[in-house]
Amino acid sequence: MNRLMPILPELILTVGALVLMMVAAFTGRRASGLTSWSAVALLVAACFALIGAPSNAGPLFGGLIAADAFGAFGKVIIFLASAVAIVAAHGWFERGTEHASEYSVLILFSAVGGAVMVSATNLMTLYIGLELTSLSSYVLASYRRGDERSAEAGLKYFVLGALASGILLYGISLLYGFTGTMAFPGIAAAFARETTHSIGLLFGLVFLLAGIAFKVSAVPFHMWTPDVYEGAPTPVTALFASAPKVAAVLLATRVCLDALGPAIDAWRQIVIFAALASILLGAVAAWGQTNIKRLLAYSSINNVGFALIGLAAGGAKGASSVLFYMAVYVVMTLGAFLCVLRMRGKDGEPVEAIDSLTGLSQARPAFAAAMAIFMFSLAGVPPLFGFWPKLLVFRAAVDAGLVALAVAGILGTVVGAYYYLRIVKIMYFDEAKSPLVRVRAPVERFLILAAALAVSPLGYLLIGELGRLSDRAAGSIF
Amino acid sequence: MVGAVSELPALSILIGLPLVAGLACLFVSASAARWTALVVTLIDLALGAWLWIGYDPAGAQWQFVERVGLGGGINWALGIDGIALVLIMLTLFLMPICIGASWRAIEKRVPEYMSAFLLMEALMIGVFAAQDLFLFYIFFEGGLIPMYLIIGIWGGPERIKASYKFFLYTLLGSVLMLIAMLYMVIEAHTTSIPALMSYDFAPDAQKWLWLAFLASFAVKLPMWPVHTWLPDAHVEAPTAGSVILAGVLLKMGGYGFIRFSLPMFPEGSAMFVPLVFTLSGIAVVYTSLVALVQRDMKKLIAYSSVAHMGFVTFGLFAFNRQGIEGAMIVMLSHGLVSGALFLCVGVVYDRLHTREIDRYGGLSDNMPGYALLFMLFTMASVGLPGTSGFVGEFLSLVGTYRVSTWAAIVATTGIILGAAYMLWLYWRICFGTLRHADAAAMPDLSAREWWLLAPIAAAVLWMGVYPESFLRPIRADVGRLLVRIERATPKSDSLPIVRLPHAPRAAQR
Repeated sequence: MNRLMPILPELILTVGALVLMMVAAFTGRRASGLTSWSAVALLVAACFALIGAPSNAGPLFGGLIAADAFGAFGKVIIFLASAVAIVAAHGWFERGTEHASEYSVLILFSAVGGAVMVSATNLMTLYIGLELTSLSSYVLASYRRGDERSAEAGLKYFVLGALASGILLYGISLLYGFTGTMAFPGIAAAFARETTHSIGLLFGLVFLLAGIAFKVSAVPFHMWTPDVYEGAPTPVTALFASAPKVAAVLLATRVCLDALGPAIDAWRQIVIFAALASILLGAVAAWGQTNIKRLLAYSSINNVGFALIGLAAGGAKGASSVLFYMAVYVVMTLGAFLCVLRMRGKDGEPVEAIDSLTGLSQARPAFAAAMAIFMFSLAGVPPLFGFWPKLLVFRAAVDAGLVALAVAGILGTVVGAYYYLRIVKIMYFDEAKSPLVRVRAPVERFLILAAALAVSPLGYLLIGELGRLSDRAAGSIF
Repeated sequence: MVGAVSELPALSILIGLPLVAGLACLFVSASAARWTALVVTLIDLALGAWLWIGYDPAGAQWQFVERVGLGGGINWALGIDGIALVLIMLTLFLMPICIGASWRAIEKRVPEYMSAFLLMEALMIGVFAAQDLFLFYIFFEGGLIPMYLIIGIWGGPERIKASYKFFLYTLLGSVLMLIAMLYMVIEAHTTSIPALMSYDFAPDAQKWLWLAFLASFAVKLPMWPVHTWLPDAHVEAPTAGSVILAGVLLKMGGYGFIRFSLPMFPEGSAMFVPLVFTLSGIAVVYTSLVALVQRDMKKLIAYSSVAHMGFVTFGLFAFNRQGIEGAMIVMLSHGLVSGALFLCVGVVYDRLHTREIDRYGGLSDNMPGYALLFMLFTMASVGLPGTSGFVGEFLSLVGTYRVSTWAAIVATTGIILGAAYMLWLYWRICFGTLRHADAAAMPDLSAREWWLLAPIAAAVLWMGVYPESFLRPIRADVGRLLVRIERATPKSDSLPIVRLPHAPRAAQR
């Protein structure tokens, strides 16, 4: 029993999800409310279960996974983001026809997959975690099966995701073939042994990173992101932009700094390219968007680019900045998506056109203010809190001697600021009347308020605590 | 400092009060928001006066110091020296006037407007009071958001373009400074501005750091050729927005040079003196010529701002007391005078709703009070002795001449050109015949407008007649700065060179 204690959070979620699946099978759609609230309770319980052994037990099961502070940090974000995605869906799907209990169950499985991803220290567990998340995601993307766009999103995600998984697996097999091990420490040792890396190892590394780049939706493997984000039901998009993304970025961090640590010269150039390309493309491509979900998709590509700058910096400081970045990013993104969820037309139907926000600041000042806070924060404009994680990744880059990268990245923030400003301009400067109507959603309102306060200048009060946590988490993978 | 005064976190209160009031404004009616804003800015001004009295010019360099660690390498560290003090006073003095200027002119979305102005005030005070590098940056950049909203929501017909230009231009300039700051913090292991002011960076690094800071301050000040956002922003902003933009926001650039570029990178500054003098010379002459041909009153004053800021950079990079003190006085004087000139434009704009110079003329007949005050501010802008403009420009020119004759010659032509465009503007608006019936029907200044302009007029004359009041608090700090930059002072070309007399040829034979 004691040996299972370190994976208590995963156990809670797995068992809970299986039970809920049974409940769903026997009660049908009637119990969707019950299942979603129990799922939220399970996720919160899993967060509390992280205290103690699950965050400091070290390597488990012969080095398949590690229960450390790094994983715990990621799991808290993943679980809470998943819980928000469930709460958000509660008022969104048409009750009784669409909102079946399976939705919460799938999100629970996806959360378990994410938890495995962030604590995997073996290529095999890494792959299993990744696939568990991905498979749940494919289904979730096409959740509104009557809706053409949703079905298209699911299919597109599946086909491209399967391709990426193939690439990843190929990379894993090459690494296994050339190092003789799947465990991260073994791979690191193999890389450390050779001063010039063999072609086989380099190929394995490149394919592995390409597969992961797809999952974090970094350029040039980002093509699926706008389409899937647009087509998937909005609560699902909110999930995609948060939990699996955090899991994938943290997984990339652990793989690069732990398994591929000695090969930093080999992967750094790849990560730098992906980072700059993501920042630039995410910023430029978002300019002409008319759909808010597509815009946020490019925003997420853009933001992943900044997180990757922290990764390129490497070392404990770089890892810590990535963790800090992702924590704040999730709050901003979820806040923005919760606002999008509340964009409803006259008959309560969801509206996604950016134009519909026109003049919103007059009709609904609080809503517009919250959205503006998220936009300015995503753009990284001080005094909003979104500025600080950007500063941390740039600091890590300058500290690692990558001044040119920091300069290029920071110029990217100016390019990106343009489209975030556009949303603010549409809400505040344009005069037309917004077609959006008010919907009653007290829980979401509370969540938006909490997120807006967290990224407001009040967030700076959290710097000390969050910084300590991310430092400790980053320290645990070295 | 006496114990009781230094116990209170005076600067935090100064910043926190408008911040809280700004949030409160969002939830009240239009007239309540107006009164809240006015009362709070006046209370802040009173607090500032108390700060001014409590400040001891002969005391410690940094006074009213506060420091609370936030963890993660940033501190809520505040403190002021004389230079920061006078700029904070300028801010506090202009704010109630801005609120008063918007009393009638702003009719839509008043609570948000007042909230944006109060937020702006808090951030501007923060910029001058911050003693932590990152805290400074947060305040410095944070000001973009309220100003963006002020221009974009309450501005003129081209407001959207102007607001974008303002935001993106300034942001682009500032982000390079952030990288330089990161480098400095990693190099010097401290974010404390006072500590960095005495840290010696390697001369080679100073060069790059100086250029990165220039990118930010040159846009903010603005210097030629990155001044093009300013005319647009001024023309489109509401009157009070222009006042605060010209009065305080531009001063952040000059403050940046005096607080960061000079003391932190003395060698870097010295290396780029020719560049700064060239840009300032072009700014003074070129933008004066551009101002001469403007048909829009606000645009003319905006270009004159760029020209005046040229005197600031001339003075600052002269590396001597006259130059730096002169630059400070030009900044203060310009803050008052250009603010007042924008208010004067606002006065007639509120009546006739046009800023076209040709639509006016002969206003001294029907608006004698207006013509009187407008003349005073015109003269102050030209630099007539007895007004604040003279003191600043004279000192700054003396300082410049001590370093470079050529720079001083170019700068002095700016005074002549300045007189040309300002006097011509005044002539076209106030003198001549009343050509237009609608302009002739305009009533003279109302009591509210007198209340806005008279205090500025008093301050302008005070500074012109007895500048000692404003020089005293900064004297010791300029002295410290001079000690710091002495080792890098560039060679002068205008001082007589002492040599031994040549012996006559005949005697040699």
